[in-house]
Amino acid sequence: MKNENNIKPKKKKGSTIRRLYILAMLVFFYMPIVYTVVFSFNNSKSLSTFSGFSLQWYQKMFHNKDMVHSIFYTIAIAVLATIVSTFVGTLTAIGLSKSNRIIKAAVEQINDMPIMNPDIVTGIGLLMFFSTLAVKKGFMTLLLSHIMFCIPYVILSVMPKLRSLDPNLLDAALDLGCTPIQAITKVIVPQITSGIVSGALIAFTMSFDDFVISYFVTGSGVNNISIMVYTMSKRVNPSINALSTVIIAIITAVLVVINTVPVIIEKIRNIKNKRRSTI
Amino acid sequence: MKVLRRFVYPYIVWAAVMILVPMLMILIYAFTKEGNSVRNFMFSLDSFKRFFSDPVFGEVLKRSLVIAVLTTFFCILFGYPAAYAMARSRFKIQLVLLTTIPTWINMLVRTYAWRGMLDNKGLLNTFFGLFGVGPFKMLETTFAVVLGMVYNFIPFMILQIYNSLEKIDKSYLEAAADLGANRVQVFLKVTLPLSLPGVISGITLVFLPAVSSFFIPKLLGGGKYVLIGNVIENQFLTAGDWSFGSAISLIMAAVIIISMYITRYIDKKTDPEGGAAL
Repeated sequence: MKNENNIKPKKKKGSTIRRLYILAMLVFFYMPIVYTVVFSFNNSKSLSTFSGFSLQWYQKMFHNKDMVHSIFYTIAIAVLATIVSTFVGTLTAIGLSKSNRIIKAAVEQINDMPIMNPDIVTGIGLLMFFSTLAVKKGFMTLLLSHIMFCIPYVILSVMPKLRSLDPNLLDAALDLGCTPIQAITKVIVPQITSGIVSGALIAFTMSFDDFVISYFVTGSGVNNISIMVYTMSKRVNPSINALSTVIIAIITAVLVVINTVPVIIEKIRNIKNKRRSTI
Repeated sequence: MKVLRRFVYPYIVWAAVMILVPMLMILIYAFTKEGNSVRNFMFSLDSFKRFFSDPVFGEVLKRSLVIAVLTTFFCILFGYPAAYAMARSRFKIQLVLLTTIPTWINMLVRTYAWRGMLDNKGLLNTFFGLFGVGPFKMLETTFAVVLGMVYNFIPFMILQIYNSLEKIDKSYLEAAADLGANRVQVFLKVTLPLSLPGVISGITLVFLPAVSSFFIPKLLGGGKYVLIGNVIENQFLTAGDWSFGSAISLIMAAVIIISMYITRYIDKKTDPEGGAAL
């Protein structure tokens, strides 16, 4: 007992310092984000004093066609790129799990390139590629590039789930009369759903947040929100804060969904299972 | 069974076209003469000669390296204690989540926010003004650029170090204490060597984006603050010299690979004394 009493005050001192350090770190992380959101509602142009609540910067944002379009393009491309890359990435991962070692190693190797390369290198490569083919830069080039850098993340997130599956599962399904497509949709996909969902979410946020690659491959007036912020940043313009807040709000919503939905799905599943067991 | 293998084929074609071809184009353009056409391919080292003979570019390369090394250094200096504090906290999971969330929010948007805070009339200078100091010119300085980079990349360092600290078997620490080591000795001789792999992978995650970043120096360093990423950007979007731009990005890739190699070499050299036996 006495010993414990001797140790406790010492520990407390250390933990106060630790707590303060963590607090300072969190302030550092979140201050710019909070600053952007708060000052997007400011009623003056000031960078430092909040003089009153107003929605004027949002009004200005919605009156600015380029800004509204950039929001539309960002969401459209993120949604389309997520759908395509999740579909292709999942099928590829399933195929890879049944492929021989050489193909597997080769695809994984190529897959790593967009992840490991600095974004600027990927960006200039695609820029030269599209220009050489004389493809008009704009929505399509943006979408293709986003699909290109999203698929590797989907494959990376689905592969471990497939690896943990029983390799005979598929044979069993086929022996019992499933067609290959049924075997995939009814047997394999339900087992790897969590991998697919997290792959899709990574793809969505990667596409939604991308600036560097988009900046190099876009053209003919098609801009996403990041490019918009970058090109307008030369002058003080609180509408940028409003636009930034749109990005922050959407990503935060996605993060909340990620962290709550699995719990909800789990609950629904438990309830359903219970019902089944009582029947 | 074999039917499923066919699912890979479309992606192999896609990856060959969309991933490999652009990379090959960088390689080809880097070794050809000026001019945006693949048809008249002529091997040449002109772009590399131009880069290394012009002192301006040497200066830019040096500055980029200094900024990246400083960024990495500060990320370790401030990130290690944070990871250490997190690993000993009761709210580990929540803190890991809180450290991860900012990295999911657009980097450009968060960097832009610092412009408003570092401005001469910005939030921080107004705050300093309350104490009668300042205003300090912070925007468009090396300080702002390094701060912006540390801000963007330190979560990666913290999470890597945190992971390696979490993996340490607590009984090692108890054993060291039982054998007479005091707290400082336990940290220096057991915890620190065992967490080095986390620091090394953190360095990889910080150094690479720090060397290649071009929007952080542009937003926080002003138009005159040129790092190697900005030179590449200019070559492609303003000057239109693909050969020179490709050559610079190859030089940048070489710098990254060499520094990774050095880091791993140092890691291996220090390893036998520390963690190898465990």
